[in-house]
Amino acid sequence: MSDSTKTCLVVDDSRVVRKVARRILETQGFIVREAEDGQQALLACRAAMPDSVLLDWNMPVMNGLDFLKALRSEFGPGQPPVMFCTTENDISFIEQAIENGAQEFIMKPFDEEILLGKFSQVGLL
Amino acid sequence: MTPRSFTSIAALLMAGSGLSIGPDKTYLLENRLAPVMRKHHLDSLDALAAKLRPVSFGSMPGGLEQDVIEAMTTNESFFFRDDKPFTHFRTRALPQLLADRPAHAKLRIWSAAASTGQEAYSLAMILQESAAMLAGRSVEIIGTDISREALGRAREGLYTQFEVQRGLPMQSLVKYFRKEGSQWRIADSLRQMVQFRSLNLLADLRSVGQCDAVFCRNVLIYFDQPTKSRVLAAIARQMPSDGVLYLGGAETVLGITDAFTAQAHERGVYERVILPPAQAALCPPSFAGAAARG
Repeated sequence: MSDSTKTCLVVDDSRVVRKVARRILETQGFIVREAEDGQQALLACRAAMPDSVLLDWNMPVMNGLDFLKALRSEFGPGQPPVMFCTTENDISFIEQAIENGAQEFIMKPFDEEILLGKFSQVGLL
Repeated sequence: MTPRSFTSIAALLMAGSGLSIGPDKTYLLENRLAPVMRKHHLDSLDALAAKLRPVSFGSMPGGLEQDVIEAMTTNESFFFRDDKPFTHFRTRALPQLLADRPAHAKLRIWSAAASTGQEAYSLAMILQESAAMLAGRSVEIIGTDISREALGRAREGLYTQFEVQRGLPMQSLVKYFRKEGSQWRIADSLRQMVQFRSLNLLADLRSVGQCDAVFCRNVLIYFDQPTKSRVLAAIARQMPSDGVLYLGGAETVLGITDAFTAQAHERGVYERVILPPAQAALCPPSFAGAAARG
C-alpha cells in the first residue's frame, strides 16, 4: 500500500448501501472499511483513523449524529472529513450536521456522480 | 429516414441554433425527436422533416421548428460547475473589475447559455456573498438561452434533490433554498438578481448590452468553426476592453478569433483584446482561421 492511499470508513446499517459505496470509492483508489452502526465506527476510528467517513444517520445502537458528536469530542474538530449519506432530507438535519462538524451532506438515493462530486467538493478527490 | 429528411432537419438545426450534426448522429435525432413527433402527431422523422418550414439564421421560430431545436439542444447544467471558473471570478476577476470602475458604475454579468439557471444563480450567490466588496454597487446578471422550456425552469427556480446535490455545498443549500415537497426552491433574493431572457446566440446580441464578464461555457463545442468565430466576435462586441470571458474546459478561442486572449495559467479564462485600428485591419477574423488551418 502506498502512503498516498486514502481510506474511507463507510458507516451504514444497510449491507447494500455499504457495498454500493465501496464499489464506487474503490474505483477511485480508496481502501474502504465498513461499520454497521456508530459504535462500531467509533471503535474502528480508535483502532485506525480513516481519511474520511461516509455516515448514515439512522442506525441501531448509535446513530450517525451521536457518532459524529463523539468523534469530534474525542479527536477534535475538522478531521477526518465526515459526509452524511442519509434518507433524511429536511433542512433541519443538514443544519444539525453542519453544527456538529460534518463537511457535506448527501441525500439518498445517491449515485456515483453525486458521491464522487461531494468527495471532490471536500478535497478528497 | 431518407437523406433528404436528414438534410432538412440538419439545416434547420444549423440555421436555428448553430448546432452542427453529421449523419452519424441519426440515432440522436430518433431518440430526442420522438416526443416532438408524438406532440405533433407525426409518425416518422420523414413526416416531421416534410412539415418543417425554413427558418432564417439566428431566428427564434416557434412551433414545430422551435420544438425540434429545443429537443436537440443540451440543457445539462449544475451549480458551480467545474468550480474553478467561479473561484477565478470571485477571487480574481470580480475584485479587478470593481477596482477598475467608478463606484457608481453598474456591473453586468452574462450567463450566455443559462439553461435551467444554475450558472446564473451560482454567480448570484457569489455576488451576494461579496456584498462587502461590492459596497452597495448595482449588479445585474443576465441569463440567456435558446430553450424557452429551460428558461421557464430557470425563472421558476425549483430544483430536484438530484440537481441541488450537484456542485452545491450543503451550506449554500441551507442558506439559499427552502424545501417545497420533494423539491427545492431558490431564495427570492437570488431570483431578483437574475434576469432571464430568450436569446439565440446566432442572432444580433446587442440587446444584451455591455457585459463586464461573460460565461459562455460548454456551448461552443456544439458549433462548427465558422459559427464559433461568429458567436465569439459578437460576444466580444458586447464587452469592454477589460472584460473577462469564461469558456468550457474543452473550448478555446485559439485559431477561432483574435478578439480574446487566454489568461496565463487559467484554463478557460480569456481576456478581451482590442487591437488598435491599424493592427486590426492587418489581422481580419479570417486570418485566425487560416492560421489555424495552416
